[in-house]
Amino acid sequence: MKPRYQNRIELLQGTLDLLILQTLRWGPQHGYGISNAIRANSGDVLQVDTGSLYPALHRLERQKWIAADWKVSENKQRVRVYRLTAGGQKQLESERSRWEQVSEAIAGVLNPGRKESEA
Amino acid sequence: MTFSFWSRQKRDRELNEELQSHLKMAAQDRTDRGESPEEARLAAQKELGNVGLIREVTREMWGGASLDRLMQDLRFGARMLVKSPGFTIVAVLTLALGIGANAALFSVVNGVLFKPLPYPQSEKLVWLGESKPNFATGSISYPNFRDWQKDNHTFSGMAIYRSYNFNLLGVGEAEQLRARFISSEFFSVLGVSPVAGRTFAPGEDEIGRAPIVMISEGLWRRKFNASPEALGKSINLDGKGYVVVGVTPANFDFSGLFRDIDIYAPIGQWNNPLLPNRGAGLGVHGVGRLKAEATLEQARADMAQLSSHLAAAYADTNKGIGAALRPLKQTMVGEVRVLLLVLLAAVGFVLLIACVNVANLMLARAAARTREFAVRAALGAGRARLVRQLLTESLLLACAAGTLGLLLAGWGTQAAVGLLGQGLPRASEVHLDGRALLFTAAISLGCGIFFGLAPALKTGARNLHDTLKEGGRGESGTRHRAQGILVIVEMAMALVLLISAGLMVRSLTTLWSVNPGFDSHDVITFGVALPPSMRSASPDGIRAALRGVDRQLAAVPGVQSISLSWGAVPLSGDDEDLFWIEGRPKPESDNDKLWSLSYVVEENYLKVMGIPLERGRFFTAQDNENSSHVVVVDDCFAKQYFPGEDPIGQHIFLDNKGGRAEIIGIVSHVKQWGLDSDDKESLRAELYFPFMQLPDQAMQLSGGGTGVIARYDPRAATIGDSLRTGVKGLGDDYVMSKSQTMDEIISDSLASQRFSMAVLGIFAVIALALASVGIYGVISYLVQQRTQEIGVRVALGAKRGDVLRLVLGEGMKMAVAGVAIGLVAAFGLTRLMASLLYGVSATDPLTFTIVAFLLTTVALAACYIPARRAMRVDPMVALRYE
Repeated sequence: MKPRYQNRIELLQGTLDLLILQTLRWGPQHGYGISNAIRANSGDVLQVDTGSLYPALHRLERQKWIAADWKVSENKQRVRVYRLTAGGQKQLESERSRWEQVSEAIAGVLNPGRKESEA
Repeated sequence: MTFSFWSRQKRDRELNEELQSHLKMAAQDRTDRGESPEEARLAAQKELGNVGLIREVTREMWGGASLDRLMQDLRFGARMLVKSPGFTIVAVLTLALGIGANAALFSVVNGVLFKPLPYPQSEKLVWLGESKPNFATGSISYPNFRDWQKDNHTFSGMAIYRSYNFNLLGVGEAEQLRARFISSEFFSVLGVSPVAGRTFAPGEDEIGRAPIVMISEGLWRRKFNASPEALGKSINLDGKGYVVVGVTPANFDFSGLFRDIDIYAPIGQWNNPLLPNRGAGLGVHGVGRLKAEATLEQARADMAQLSSHLAAAYADTNKGIGAALRPLKQTMVGEVRVLLLVLLAAVGFVLLIACVNVANLMLARAAARTREFAVRAALGAGRARLVRQLLTESLLLACAAGTLGLLLAGWGTQAAVGLLGQGLPRASEVHLDGRALLFTAAISLGCGIFFGLAPALKTGARNLHDTLKEGGRGESGTRHRAQGILVIVEMAMALVLLISAGLMVRSLTTLWSVNPGFDSHDVITFGVALPPSMRSASPDGIRAALRGVDRQLAAVPGVQSISLSWGAVPLSGDDEDLFWIEGRPKPESDNDKLWSLSYVVEENYLKVMGIPLERGRFFTAQDNENSSHVVVVDDCFAKQYFPGEDPIGQHIFLDNKGGRAEIIGIVSHVKQWGLDSDDKESLRAELYFPFMQLPDQAMQLSGGGTGVIARYDPRAATIGDSLRTGVKGLGDDYVMSKSQTMDEIISDSLASQRFSMAVLGIFAVIALALASVGIYGVISYLVQQRTQEIGVRVALGAKRGDVLRLVLGEGMKMAVAGVAIGLVAAFGLTRLMASLLYGVSATDPLTFTIVAFLLTTVALAACYIPARRAMRVDPMVALRYE
């Protein structure tokens, strides 16, 4: 039996990164905020598991696509706030285009007739 | 990207804070939505999941995580080890013993066999001797050496050396010093420079040059306060003034052959009248340095050619004489090589057994921890992680054991050097050095991996799901098989060690019971030198002085009988004479003459040494300078040179002892060459010559130092001191050299056998103990695992005896398999130690049988304890135990 959390990370890898980077485009945000934003923006469909979120955040930080600072929130609480870096911006663009290619390709596979007619 | 340990700790704290703030915010949102604070907190926590695990996974994202994981594994491993101190102590001690013994023996082997000699380009150094019909590595004559030196093409330098004793007078109390006569190139060939002054210049070593010496740094400090003014000063050696020209370095030790040598004098200063004689064998040997491009083989060919030229030019002395060349190191190390390699192999076995034992312990422990591993795996630890964790634990154990082992090794190395004593060449070079440390570290790590890997892989490979279901009891079968194999291996190795030790014990007991040909108890030997003023006296004067010594020492309380001695001393120093027999063709050259060991003694010698007279008579006080020459021979001499004849009444010609002498008696053979090797020597004939009949020249030499052998009353405890007082009573300038009892000499001659027996014995006992613990452990484990089964059997009517047989049978299967494999292995391996054995074959059936029986019995006893436990299993308790 494989560990649950690791499975989930593998499954979401790439996709979760994309979602995090996209969320941070609107401005710096802490981990809890990011998970809320993803849930809200997906119409409560995507529930980001904290066990996947924080490892992903720290991995993205290590890759220098996002950076983190300690700030004090509105309710006087110390929070770690992530923001997109210039490198992260580029990464987001390339991941976005890759995602679009992939989803197009998947759509093509799911609707073969349409693809053929287009070609 | 790597983080230091501290910055990682800080990050870890921050991560924790980050997760806590997440939790608070989530809870806050829930209370804002109307949940009670308590509910909100619990729900948020549930949503967040296992914080510890999140932290662990997140940490892995930081990079450089291997270090962090290592720290974690180490901390965890250390905790686990501390939690079961019994296991840890046994494992660490077992391994420390193995590692320590290995490191100690490696230090000895490294110092003696592996390390190059402490001279520059020491691999180019060659030891030289003359090969003669009777001696493969005989003495080099001075004229031959000069020709070798002049005419060889393969050596960049060549030198000779000869041991000697000088009496130093006039600087404090008179004392006898060990000395060497050397040729000028001796130090330059070895590449050793003096710490002060100079070495001898070429030509200064020739006969008839001015007397000069080099002194040791030790003597320089002791007698001259290391003053530079000592150089150029004249010191009185044997009554002659020698100018000190140089000081040799304190650490200079011609690798064990030169022990505490205080004086080096040019060979030309030796006042031995035979020195210029081309045929003389005077105990002179050589050392040479090969030219950079020359090999030993080329040098051998070169010297062989040179020898044949000399044989042609000087047929009467050099016919059949060749040059013997050996790497210097081989000469230094000599026969210890086999002994040390056998011991190293033995100690390797001990370590393997120790490892096997610890591996077994680890397996048993792993069984007990199956559930723990399963739970850890379920919580997200990968298989690699678990294997790594187990390996970390075993490496921790091994490192702890290695450290402890190093302490043991430091002590063991000293003990080994002490035990071998004079028998170990290059002993001064033996210590725990970087190489030994490296070796220890390597074997510790090797052990850690060796005994850790098997249990780790076994654990890692198991199906965790099944394990959890079974409650950690399953698959005892495969584990038991692995343990069983380990025990069999252990038994086999222990058997090999026990047999080796057994063979050594048999050899040594045989050796001790060998009759040396004389009664060694209560016999003491030492040297006495007359005052220098007397040495220029006439031969009669010296005889008178020596008779005075005789009288004085015979009167010392405790002395029962006494004899002066010159020439050979049994087991300690040999001397030979060339002779021919009257009535047979007179030999044309020295090479055609006959050889015999030669003892020059007085009338009480047989009484002192307890040598039985077989026929005829021994010397009396009347066999002196005024009567006709007589000799006594031993039975070997009689058998070899007078087969089928009666030697008594025959005459022989002794060239160096004044010519014709009559054989007047036959005594028993004395084992001159040692208890073990005497039978194998080619030269065993012995002859005795009356001291007072020594020719004038030899008599004058004997004044410079002659041996004395005395039998004393065993109740005289301080006989050495009494004798010293006695010598002092003759006059201040009489010098007595260090005394040694004959028992000590015999015991020293067996030092290497005693050492190997002691060490093999210790190893074998350790191996036996470890192997018994091993089989005990496995059988105990087996009984514990099968408690339920046994309970069922008993409940179904099995008798206690059946249970006992069942358990013992399991143990016996392993023991018998181990013994069988061990017997085969020992049969192949003990041959390697054949050269160490005496009077017993390497495959001695008696030793093999006894040891196999012993090991089986001990194994059976070890199994009996758990078997009894099994026998007492109460079926009710056993069944309820579930």
